[in-house]
Amino acid sequence: MFAFCTDPATLPQWQWFACYLTTATHFAFYRSFLMVLLLLAITAPVALGMGLLGAMAVRSRIWPVSWLGKGYVNIVRGVPDIVFFMFVPIALGQGIEWIFHHINCPDWDQPIRQGNDFIVCREAKVPPVGSPAWVRDFYAFSMAVIAYALVFGAFAANTLYGAMQAIPRAQVETAEAYGMTRTQAFRRVVLPQMWVYALPGLSNIWQILIKATPLLFLLGLQDAVYWARELGGQKTSLYTYPHPDWRVWYFLVLLCFYLFLTWGSERVFARLTTRLSRGQATAAGERLRKAAA
Amino acid sequence: MRTCAESFDAYILRALGRNWGERLLPRGLDITFCDQIILIASGLIWTVYFAALAIFIGFFLAVAVAVAKFSENPWLSRPAATFIFIFRGSPLFIQFFFFYSAFVLLPRAGIDIPLGFVTLTVQTSALTTAQVGGLIVLVLNTTAYSAELFVGALRSIPKGDLEAADAYGMTGVTRFRRVVFPSMLRLAWPSYTNEAIFLTHSTTLVFLSAFPAREQAGEAFYYARYFVDQTFNPFVGYPIVAAYFIALTLAIVGLFGIVNRYLNRHLPQERRQRIRFRPQYLR
Repeated sequence: MFAFCTDPATLPQWQWFACYLTTATHFAFYRSFLMVLLLLAITAPVALGMGLLGAMAVRSRIWPVSWLGKGYVNIVRGVPDIVFFMFVPIALGQGIEWIFHHINCPDWDQPIRQGNDFIVCREAKVPPVGSPAWVRDFYAFSMAVIAYALVFGAFAANTLYGAMQAIPRAQVETAEAYGMTRTQAFRRVVLPQMWVYALPGLSNIWQILIKATPLLFLLGLQDAVYWARELGGQKTSLYTYPHPDWRVWYFLVLLCFYLFLTWGSERVFARLTTRLSRGQATAAGERLRKAAA
Repeated sequence: MRTCAESFDAYILRALGRNWGERLLPRGLDITFCDQIILIASGLIWTVYFAALAIFIGFFLAVAVAVAKFSENPWLSRPAATFIFIFRGSPLFIQFFFFYSAFVLLPRAGIDIPLGFVTLTVQTSALTTAQVGGLIVLVLNTTAYSAELFVGALRSIPKGDLEAADAYGMTGVTRFRRVVFPSMLRLAWPSYTNEAIFLTHSTTLVFLSAFPAREQAGEAFYYARYFVDQTFNPFVGYPIVAAYFIALTLAIVGLFGIVNRYLNRHLPQERRQRIRFRPQYLR
């Protein structure tokens, strides 16, 4: 990185650190924090969308749809967390390969599960055999996003369903009295108003989502936990930058990163709550109205 | 191939160590369905160990921390609030890694604490095992989460109860033991039940992270993962462990329900609080 970094062994303390903290692997470590943020940025809206679909399915008057929604919400919520994070990517991966196998190799005569192996034909491999590393990473990352979205979608569905039920009955009745259909009433009255009721729950889910991101490590991605372990481990004099076991410092950095993230989002949600309470028929909304008047 | 009875003999206590059954875990094609059911069940020993001890120890610490946070003395409330913020604001997964790497750095031989007339030697080698070090992290974590629940309950103790205690001339410890504590417990109990459930679920993280499973002795999810890695079939091991956890969850709900009835016994029927299972997974 810096010009003086050619021979780190002879450097004084601060320059040694300047060089040490700007090695290529350290930049990979810093990028992994961005990956966490990227995962949050992608997963949160997807999970919210899943949640909205789930909640609408639960409310649906068509019973198969309603059962589907209820089944989704209850199964995901009833089974311990991590089981799902480990299960979904493998099961989904095998499912996709199974489908491709049946499409691409219809004349394959051997069984797919042979003892302990899961064997599909070469054309059915996802990602394709010989694809570059970034494609594999992208595939693993998308699997993770799907797993997170499935689990947190179910959480969000439950919260949003509760929020839809929490809207004062009179509001919907008024909409009906104006001759709106069920769909119109939902879109014009329920949907805009439900957020203030959903916000405490959603804020909670968001905090849990933040705290679930280190589990990416378990899915085999090179995330912050992976790099903290790699970089922090003891380095003998064979390495350019020998140092004793520094993992505790790396994990301290991670700990602070997450504390900052949860602290910051708590503040953002507090502001959002105030903003959404404006004009609502709630105690907070009433207080805002009085303060303005 | 083993029969079910044989796998029962070989693996039902395997989680305690390799002297408690077959030395090696079943591998590859040798794995039977019964093996999976029994070995994962044997892992429940540690699941229950972690959950029960962490909840038990954490309960007393949480009451202390909650009272400290609720106190008007900033020297008590500030540290308590910081403690709660740190452990609730960061992922348990990272906490495991952090504490493990900190415990590893402690000198193997133990730390000598000179107390003037006598020198205390603290054993540190046990801290790097999951059974002690992992338990400590779980205790600290559940202390923070439960303390926050208890603070909420302390805030919502009915004013009348406190005024009645004052009218009887109760102060200090008596007031706390007879009025504040029972009310707090009663109000916090439904959410505390949920906390106990989440803690039980998060014991799955102990062996997933930094702490090593010595002699391949782990808890239920550790074995489920082992089987999935061996057979490459997620459709057997994970559903089994999920079923066990659902059973554990129901047991906790039942057990805590009995306590809940006891705590609410003086109230008229309709004012009693029911325990509702409201999951809030992953910490």
